[in-house]
Amino acid sequence: MSEASPAKAYALHLGVIVLLFVLSFLLPDYYHGLLARIMVLAVFAMGYNMLFGYVGLLSLGHAMFFGAGLYGAGLAIIQLGWSVPAAFAAGLACGAALALIIGLLALRTTGVAFMIVTMMFAQVFYLAILYFAAWTGGDQGQVVPQPARVLTFGATSLDLTNPTMRYMTALGLFSLVLLITLAVVRSSYGRVLVAIRENEERTRMLGYDTFSNKLAAVVVSGTICAASGAAYALLFGYVGSSFASVQYSILPLLWVLLGGAATTLGPLIGTLFMYYVIDLTSGYTSAYLLIVGIALILLVLFFPKGILGTIRQRWLGWLP
Amino acid sequence: MTDKNGFFDLSKSGFTRRTALKGLAAGAGLAVAPGFVRYAQAQSSAPIKIGFQSHRTGIGAAYGRWYEKTTAAAIKAINAAGGINGRQVEVIIEDDGTDPGRGAEVVGKFATQHKTDIVFGTLFSHVVIGSAPAAGEAKMPYFVVSEGHHVASTKLNRYVFQPGITDVKSQIQSMAPWIAANAGKKVTQIFPDFAFGYDHRDYLPPALKAQGAEVIAQIAIPPTESSFTKYFPQIPAETEVIYHVMVGPAVLTFVKELGEFYGSNRPQLFGFIDSLEAVDINSPGLEFLDGSHFWEGSPRYAQADDTEAQKAYRAAVGIDDNGAAVGDPKDVSTAAHMFGCWETLYVVKKAMEDAGYKGPEDRAKLVEATEALKEFAEGPEHPQGAKTFNGKIHQCFGIQNISKVEGGKLKVVHKTKIEDGLYEAEGDYTTQAL
Repeated sequence: MSEASPAKAYALHLGVIVLLFVLSFLLPDYYHGLLARIMVLAVFAMGYNMLFGYVGLLSLGHAMFFGAGLYGAGLAIIQLGWSVPAAFAAGLACGAALALIIGLLALRTTGVAFMIVTMMFAQVFYLAILYFAAWTGGDQGQVVPQPARVLTFGATSLDLTNPTMRYMTALGLFSLVLLITLAVVRSSYGRVLVAIRENEERTRMLGYDTFSNKLAAVVVSGTICAASGAAYALLFGYVGSSFASVQYSILPLLWVLLGGAATTLGPLIGTLFMYYVIDLTSGYTSAYLLIVGIALILLVLFFPKGILGTIRQRWLGWLP
Repeated sequence: MTDKNGFFDLSKSGFTRRTALKGLAAGAGLAVAPGFVRYAQAQSSAPIKIGFQSHRTGIGAAYGRWYEKTTAAAIKAINAAGGINGRQVEVIIEDDGTDPGRGAEVVGKFATQHKTDIVFGTLFSHVVIGSAPAAGEAKMPYFVVSEGHHVASTKLNRYVFQPGITDVKSQIQSMAPWIAANAGKKVTQIFPDFAFGYDHRDYLPPALKAQGAEVIAQIAIPPTESSFTKYFPQIPAETEVIYHVMVGPAVLTFVKELGEFYGSNRPQLFGFIDSLEAVDINSPGLEFLDGSHFWEGSPRYAQADDTEAQKAYRAAVGIDDNGAAVGDPKDVSTAAHMFGCWETLYVVKKAMEDAGYKGPEDRAKLVEATEALKEFAEGPEHPQGAKTFNGKIHQCFGIQNISKVEGGKLKVVHKTKIEDGLYEAEGDYTTQAL
């Protein structure tokens, strides 16, 4: 990562945000709705990237953080009748608290053990959702009622079920997280994370408390993923256990690998790519997952660092 | 960013992307029109488009395949008879992957890309519940063939209907009188430890109690379990009936191990055919089920007293007397459920005709016309049997079949009455705004 071009980097990111804003007015209805969903899930991927891309910790359990946000926000409305902002805050708090606990425990391990421990915790989380079906709705899940998904500020109300409002809310969240990610990775803290990824022993020798830094990264990562989950519940109105299943731990890994680990825009590119490949190919064959698999193999062969990662390596060294 | 009371007050102002664009265009002279051109709505002679949300992949694929066959047969029959309101019907299929997230996207795709008139489909409850918000927000009538109680619970929304298949609460309730009178009074339930099992766990005990019988033990088996022997000692010795609703690939092991546990001296067995849909009843390991009883929505095997309508339906869908695909005896159908696709499409036809449906602008009329339906007579359009429809809870009620495994076939020994499955409405969709 070159440090020479902060202006270029910020201009690129702001350009992407402006492009997404403009696209809201240009896209046909279906792709407009799909892009709103993709932006929310790209936030999930950005949260995952924070830990995987920049710290080098491969988690197979991030569905639990997404799920914590999803259920934290969804159940706050369904069971407690909370308002949208309070429910979103509840989702964030659930994700942050869970990430802190999981971080404290799982960071005692590294490498393959970290993968397995995070996967097991996520499985516990998933089975707990099924076990407490009376509250969570179990495997069937629950609907967040449409009338409750309205944000009210005095006389002003924002209906999150309105496609335009949903898109703009998703874009707002995406933009905020993108800029936070960019700021974090360009900060001295971000450099410490990369140093840990490259050589943890040496970083510790230089006087950094690597455990605390990694724990903070787990909490930031988990909170961002929870923000995505909470937004998903509020914008799309469904809270279900499949979003906490192992599939949703693998998906952000794939999105990040595809787009480029340790690139700020890679998660968006990867999520977009996967969504569109599935959407287009499923119209032609029921074996679309085979095509997705082949596409993934080809990408790994020809873009081993992901799409943006390879572009950065070959052409645009300044990409953050 | 802008005036809160103006720009952001979307719920009151009817703000859309297009009005925003108009503002932008007027203010800045921008001309970004291409994405805003509305596609022409369905013309009077154009086909009625039905979006079919199908389980083509994922855990529901066996159901999805037979739902597609039944749907194709029904559409062929409807079109051959002149279509709906004089228009042919076209079905557009999208795979929901038996996944609620994808299911919601597919509903959105039907509404905004294919611009279908309605959405129709699918079985698995979590996909229906996950898709319902998307249907409600798009104001897209969504007719499901799911048998879950979620529609009748009135926790979804006014655009979701289940008019072609009864819900599981009604089915379970209908079984209780026969079980109490013919199988035994002391019942032990064995069910999978997730939602499908919980319906049976929650609805059977009160239904049996009302018939003077009781559930004496409930054994929930985790969905991850692959061997069941350790659970069988929990079955009380005084059990007269084992009520089992295990589903998935493990059901063969479950039956085999239950057989090994009891040998020839077993209590009565009663199950839901959901366990064995698309599975040959003569598969190795299932011998132990001989003489036991099952709920069936519509009978898998041709019966001696089948009506002409039932015979015509089976011929149209392409299933033989054993309920397998004509020409492929190993391709066993999901007969107990898939009739719901056929019947639902005829309900859609009736409602569209009643509403004088012309295009998407008449969707609200279609919802009201569907809610106004009361009864469906047994016949070619409803070969499974007569039904009543409760427009307040968007759910139909009908007869159920109890079949006995005899000589490797399922023989219907009892048909319940519609009244056996009726229950108090839990809400009223018609009070919701359209």
